[in-house]
Amino acid sequence: MRFGVVVFPGSNCDHDAWYAVSRNLGHQASFLWHQESSVGNTDAVIVPGGFSYGDYLRCGAIAKFSPILGAIRRHAESGGLVIGICNGFQILVESGLLPGALLRNRGLRFVCKPVELVPATLNSPFTGALRAGERLKMPVAHGEGCYYADDETLARLESEDRVAFRYVDNPNGSLNDIAGILNEGRNVLGMMPHPERATEPLMGSAAGLGIFQSMVDAFAGAAR
Amino acid sequence: MTITPDILATHRLTPDEYGQIVRILGREPNYTELGIFSVMWSEHCSYKSSRVHLRKLPTHSPRVLQGPGENAGILDIGGGWAIAYKIESHNHPSFIEPFQGAATGVGGILRDIFTMGARPIAVMDAIRFGPLDDAECGARNKRILAGVVSGISHYGNCFGVPTVGGETAFEPSYNGNPLVNVFALGIFRHDEVFYGRATGLGNSVIYVGAKTGRDGIHGASMASAEFTEESKQKRPNVQVGDPFMEKLLLEACLEAMRTGAIVGIQDMGAAGLTCSSCEMGSRAGTGISLNLDLVPQRERGMTPYEMMLSESQERMLLVADKGREEEVYAVFRKWGLDAVQVGEVTGDGILRVWHKGAVVAEIPNRELADEAPLYNRPYTTPYKPFPTTAPEFRSTDLTGDLARLMTASDICSKHWIWEQYDYTVRTNTVAGPGLDAAIVRIKETDTSVAMSLDGNGRYCLLDPREGAKLMVAECCRNLAVVGAQPIGATNNLNFGNPERPEIMAQLVEAIEGMAEACRHFETPITGGNVSLYNETLGEAIFPTPVLGIVGLMKTAAPPSLTFREAGREVILIGGLGTTTEAGFGGTQYAKAVLGKLWGTPPALDMEYEKRVQEAAREVVVSGLAESAHDVSKGGLAVALAECSLGGVGVDARLETDLRPEHALFHEGPSRVIVSTTEPGNVLNICERLRVEAVRLGVTMDGRLRIGAWIDTAIPPLRDAWRDALEKQLAD
Repeated sequence: MRFGVVVFPGSNCDHDAWYAVSRNLGHQASFLWHQESSVGNTDAVIVPGGFSYGDYLRCGAIAKFSPILGAIRRHAESGGLVIGICNGFQILVESGLLPGALLRNRGLRFVCKPVELVPATLNSPFTGALRAGERLKMPVAHGEGCYYADDETLARLESEDRVAFRYVDNPNGSLNDIAGILNEGRNVLGMMPHPERATEPLMGSAAGLGIFQSMVDAFAGAAR
Repeated sequence: MTITPDILATHRLTPDEYGQIVRILGREPNYTELGIFSVMWSEHCSYKSSRVHLRKLPTHSPRVLQGPGENAGILDIGGGWAIAYKIESHNHPSFIEPFQGAATGVGGILRDIFTMGARPIAVMDAIRFGPLDDAECGARNKRILAGVVSGISHYGNCFGVPTVGGETAFEPSYNGNPLVNVFALGIFRHDEVFYGRATGLGNSVIYVGAKTGRDGIHGASMASAEFTEESKQKRPNVQVGDPFMEKLLLEACLEAMRTGAIVGIQDMGAAGLTCSSCEMGSRAGTGISLNLDLVPQRERGMTPYEMMLSESQERMLLVADKGREEEVYAVFRKWGLDAVQVGEVTGDGILRVWHKGAVVAEIPNRELADEAPLYNRPYTTPYKPFPTTAPEFRSTDLTGDLARLMTASDICSKHWIWEQYDYTVRTNTVAGPGLDAAIVRIKETDTSVAMSLDGNGRYCLLDPREGAKLMVAECCRNLAVVGAQPIGATNNLNFGNPERPEIMAQLVEAIEGMAEACRHFETPITGGNVSLYNETLGEAIFPTPVLGIVGLMKTAAPPSLTFREAGREVILIGGLGTTTEAGFGGTQYAKAVLGKLWGTPPALDMEYEKRVQEAAREVVVSGLAESAHDVSKGGLAVALAECSLGGVGVDARLETDLRPEHALFHEGPSRVIVSTTEPGNVLNICERLRVEAVRLGVTMDGRLRIGAWIDTAIPPLRDAWRDALEKQLAD
């Protein structure tokens, strides 16, 4: 499977994502520069963490106008897989590919620590290889990760089984302990925790591999 | 404009120094030239009070590829790879404006690393504040701490470098003078090293990065003076940082270096355009002609004086091969950054500055950069404002004393601080904050770099020479407990006013102690920073040298700090140690329980210390230690409590003649606690290395017991330790 890792000015988890899926997962990965208007032959897009365009104005607010976002939107519309991690999640929310918003953490401080997640659904290309109730340990590292949506949107997310992950111990005040959500088509995932930072025991956990492996399995299944 | 004594005084130049300037130029300087000399000859840039003593430090080993004098030191780590690393202070700006002061401190040291071609992979910080419960300054100290932490977090997190550790301490002497020392480390291959040298006549001098504004003018001079009431007016001297710009600058510089068109590069830090141009020229023995009209400017109407002295952040000066400029510009364009030619390399050794068609400054580079006055300032004996003998004291509740120490500001958990730092970005962090040493693996090799920062102002106040040695020993011991071999060091010397002989004596003795210990532990000092005049209203800080040590190890997860399983043997490598009444006066017990300071620091036997470290390292590397932790602040009882914070404690017996307070809480060095399933093998290693090893007892679930003196459940101890700092900040 070919992963494409987006590079915005200010992305700083791009190399980590590349390393996770190429070295630790063993698939192909290349970088997609923010000014490109096509994702090329990429099968799955990773929108990585960092501070795209300095996060000026609002996290992700400027990135949504970049040429690559148009390409990502088309990729998603045609059913392609997209995973946005941390700043990537913020960008997907800002660009309307996912609903809701990410607010300042409840504690008003940046928080970096390992957290535990549980998959809230196994019915998605990002969670298919996980086990129900499985606790996934991986770091969070963000200042604006408090997931917020209005009551109606939240109710829809829940009723349509689109909450992908929930925190065991909520680090940022996210509504319904939401750590990650899916789009209506279930092929776009946004999550605040960093699965790419948990892809080998030396990093303290390899639990993030299950998410990328799910994508590989789903892609292979769809291609069959 | 005539140069009056008043103008000299505001530039902090003495009449003698002015005389030297006139001799160098063969004429009176103009105002711009005076400004240029004043920043280059400031204490901050020229080390004029410390240089004669800094020469005593060891700077060589087979691994040293670059010692002091460049932007950072470089060590060979094998396999064609090298590390660049350095520590630098931003004390004065952080007092005036904590957030920006600390943030630009991080930015400055990161530029020092990547200007050499290395990609920064780790940052650590050593920070010190006045007590948070200080009757008079507590509220301000809390604001400064919160601002500094938030500034470091803001800059490092956005830049994308993990802040993997550090240390925090509190003393009233830092009330008006907090310390912010930032260490950074980067990696590259041997053939990717760049130097700050303006070689090649006719080559182009190119300015890249942020535009020049009026911020930070005279920052270097400010950092070379004491604080007075007027200092509060100095806020405009503090620069404003933009980590996003710095991240772009990093990527663009590293990419531009790969074109092969760049021959020299230096960041614009303290003294900005002045320092980068004259130092690059001086190192290469060349001159530089600069046209200020071409410098990208943020504001209109800036004078040559302002442009040459501006300390606007995120700027670099580079020298490119004549005719290959476009290759460099293309890279910077890709990253959306300014890159313009502002001058060229000349053969006459002169820094010649043009503005609106006229020459506004003409100064020989070498004299400006390297011929600053050198002072062998008079020194007497170190300032010692404390009693030499111990007060009477007797504890009635040793378990209560331990609980008190575990919540003391120097010992309690600092997670409130380091959880604000992204310490896992780049996915190399094998051991992060809150441990004895941080470990960052080098992905391309099977090697990891371990690092530790340490300083102890209390010990150094009691005896600067012995305090500095203890600091080196502790840093190296921190590496030993994770299994790493120390290979190099960088130092940050934070002291008061060197024009006071008793303060100068502190500096001299600390440097000499550090030199002796760094020779002994084979950790050459490849560079660092000196921060003097850390005084406010005549009150000097504790003499606070801070050392950063780097070491190497084979990439592997280290033993944990905490005990892991019940039923394991706990062994104290190095033995129980001892103390005298006087030697107990610098301990955390004296500070947190008794509220006193007296006597001398603990005694250190460097020969023995080295053998203890070898034993600890061998035990860890052989996989015999399930957990390992060194004994330092708070002594054995605190160290055992720290080992117990995971929930598994120990039932320990101490066979000692010392009185209980001393036995439990003395801070004698050369001690490491390990838990193991193979006590026989651990004891064998210790015996072979002629190191005492004491079997303390066996681990057990949920309780910590030390002889008949201490008996406590762990969860309440842990909760109090974990929440103490946040409680103090909220009070």
